[in-house]
Amino acid sequence: MSAMGRPEREGTPAGATVGPPVSGERRIAVGELTRVEGEGSLRLTVRDGKVVEARLGIFEAPRYFERLVVGRTPDEVIDIVARICGICPVAYQMSAVHAFEDCFGVRVDPAVRALRRLMYCGEWIESLGLHVYMLHAPDFLGYESAIAMARDHRQTVERGLALKKSGNDLIKVLGGRAIHPVSVRVGGFYRLPRRAELDAMRPALEHALEHAKATVRWTTGFAMPSFRRDMRFVAMKHPREYPFNDGRIVSNDGLDLPLTDWTQAFEEFQVEGSNALHARSKDGNGPYLLGPAARVTLCADQLHPVARALLEETGMQEMIRTNIYASIVARAVELVHATAEALDIIAAYRPPAAPMVPWQPRAGVAAWATEAPRGLCFHRYETDDAGRVVRCQIVPPTSQNQAAIEADLVHAAGDALQLPDAEATLRLEQMIRSYDPCISCATHFLDLSIEYDGEGPATGGRAS
Amino acid sequence: MSETALRPRVGVVKFASCDGCQLQLLDLEDELLAVCEQFDIIEFAEATSARSEGPFDILFVEGSVSAPEHLPRIKALREQTKFLVAIGACATSGGIQALRNWGDHEAFRSAVYAHPEFVASLATSTPIGEHVKVDAELRGCPIDPRQLVELLTALTTGRRPQLRDEAVCMECKRAGNPCVMVIRHVPCLGQVTQAGCGAICPRFDRGCYGCFGPREQANVKGLADFLQAKARLAPADLGRLFAGFSANAEPFRAAVTGYAGAPPGVAVATNAPGDPR
Repeated sequence: MSAMGRPEREGTPAGATVGPPVSGERRIAVGELTRVEGEGSLRLTVRDGKVVEARLGIFEAPRYFERLVVGRTPDEVIDIVARICGICPVAYQMSAVHAFEDCFGVRVDPAVRALRRLMYCGEWIESLGLHVYMLHAPDFLGYESAIAMARDHRQTVERGLALKKSGNDLIKVLGGRAIHPVSVRVGGFYRLPRRAELDAMRPALEHALEHAKATVRWTTGFAMPSFRRDMRFVAMKHPREYPFNDGRIVSNDGLDLPLTDWTQAFEEFQVEGSNALHARSKDGNGPYLLGPAARVTLCADQLHPVARALLEETGMQEMIRTNIYASIVARAVELVHATAEALDIIAAYRPPAAPMVPWQPRAGVAAWATEAPRGLCFHRYETDDAGRVVRCQIVPPTSQNQAAIEADLVHAAGDALQLPDAEATLRLEQMIRSYDPCISCATHFLDLSIEYDGEGPATGGRAS
Repeated sequence: MSETALRPRVGVVKFASCDGCQLQLLDLEDELLAVCEQFDIIEFAEATSARSEGPFDILFVEGSVSAPEHLPRIKALREQTKFLVAIGACATSGGIQALRNWGDHEAFRSAVYAHPEFVASLATSTPIGEHVKVDAELRGCPIDPRQLVELLTALTTGRRPQLRDEAVCMECKRAGNPCVMVIRHVPCLGQVTQAGCGAICPRFDRGCYGCFGPREQANVKGLADFLQAKARLAPADLGRLFAGFSANAEPFRAAVTGYAGAPPGVAVATNAPGDPR
């Protein structure tokens, strides 16, 4: 339905070249971010019966977000970047607001900080619930969609919808609406929730916690396709909190740096022939994976006790670390964490004296990362004296995960190719969905083309 | 309309957008399964692997026309569709990405891309209605779930949807919100913006930023004159107010151009707003 092969991110820093890595920091006069929701394609190159290359194309008509925010005030930027993603707008708002506050030296009230974590809990519940129930579980149970699944498993799907709704309702209370909420601003919020409004959320969240626990037990029972790989994980980590909006960037092979310094350890580069920007670490240690499996592995000690106990009960920590299909269990564990933490925050809530603290803009670099449901989302803005954006770089989780997805596909696609065409495509789709690359791509049919290098003409299979 | 065998065949497709409007369908948590009993959803990539290219009784179209392949695609989809609904600010006005409509797209491309030949992007981002006939539209960034349910209900019964044609101010007054322009002295686009959101921004102690787009016969000049006189807003800041998620919709577009020349940070350009490349 759409032209294949169009890249996920159209554009490259001015002066960058295709192919070899561009070293050092990105210098851009104009930005080029486009979102990754859209149609997906997978191109496998097979040589002597072995998969030698996998190229995942996720593309979206360019919307030029990094350019659209130029000239804008910080509060305008917070409203604009939400529109990068309808599924995780809070993540974009949070990375932006924390970046500006760090740059301007704004110290928000601790209660404001807690409310932002609460808002993030809402987004995690909504987004992780959507992925587990609507996008991923149908694969394990053999349905084309959650709607089809509901014919046989109505109560289960209703449980998922109720869970998702509790997350959306939480964002609505804090931000006016679940998609593109309107309350976040530099220094705090436009309006604070009243005690009674948050208390009214408690019964639904208590149900959601039970639903989330049931989700862990449900997904633990799924038959996981075989897959074993020591994955390289990157996530934020904080000594006392599960990572949402604070901590350091760490990996399971020794990276450890401040959130502001993503560009010190990572870079974006262009891939010849696809024009898509990927991200990689500068240490040459290869692709890395962000998201629930990474967080559950690196930050298990910081999980809410209820979630940690449940994770231990599953006995699946090792499988989460090595089998990407088990990421659905990691998502379920994080659903428990997010609902449990939301309840704790509400119980402890004391409204701050004022919705926001005053702040003064300054020229500088505003950089921060937060943990979107899909993983670390890094923003970097250069501002002028009035705080207006001069340059912008936004690195969403999916562009960072793409190299890991492709590497894993090279590793595992060979097994799938032993299956008949339709089954092979389904298996590969299921594998790609395990990474939750982004909603529409994640559920999308895959245009699978296989090129047999030096073995005659290409053949193609079309899924679904 | 009789029984399940004759359920309307519904599709949901997207162009350049954030997916948030189609997500509103999946976010109808309480109604979703009932909706799926009333409609036969044959194409909805965000939700199902089952695919169809039509024909559709009803097609929901999200997103703006923004890339060359969008042009034949929207025409082909229109031919397959009886009743086409444009959903959201992108589909009804061009969306936030229409801010580039003021810029010099060619300079833009060559500045951004080392290999502009790979770039598939139109000079402008335009609403669906500029390319094909649209039978109904839902405004908003994102669309409002109550309006969506109302439209779906109307479609099942064959009546006209009851979508209020009035300004945000009316919703705001009915909600009993104190006027943010009066109390807080902040600019608010409520009086020139189409209702439908429930006056969320004033309820959150801030001015409306116009994401439901201009209402018919909106007196933009009257509001701008007032803000200039009473709030001492400079022309550039007046333009900035309208350079949001519905910037490309008249008369917001004229206000951006008239007061500020172009949206903030966008160099005024050789290609006029709205000109397809």
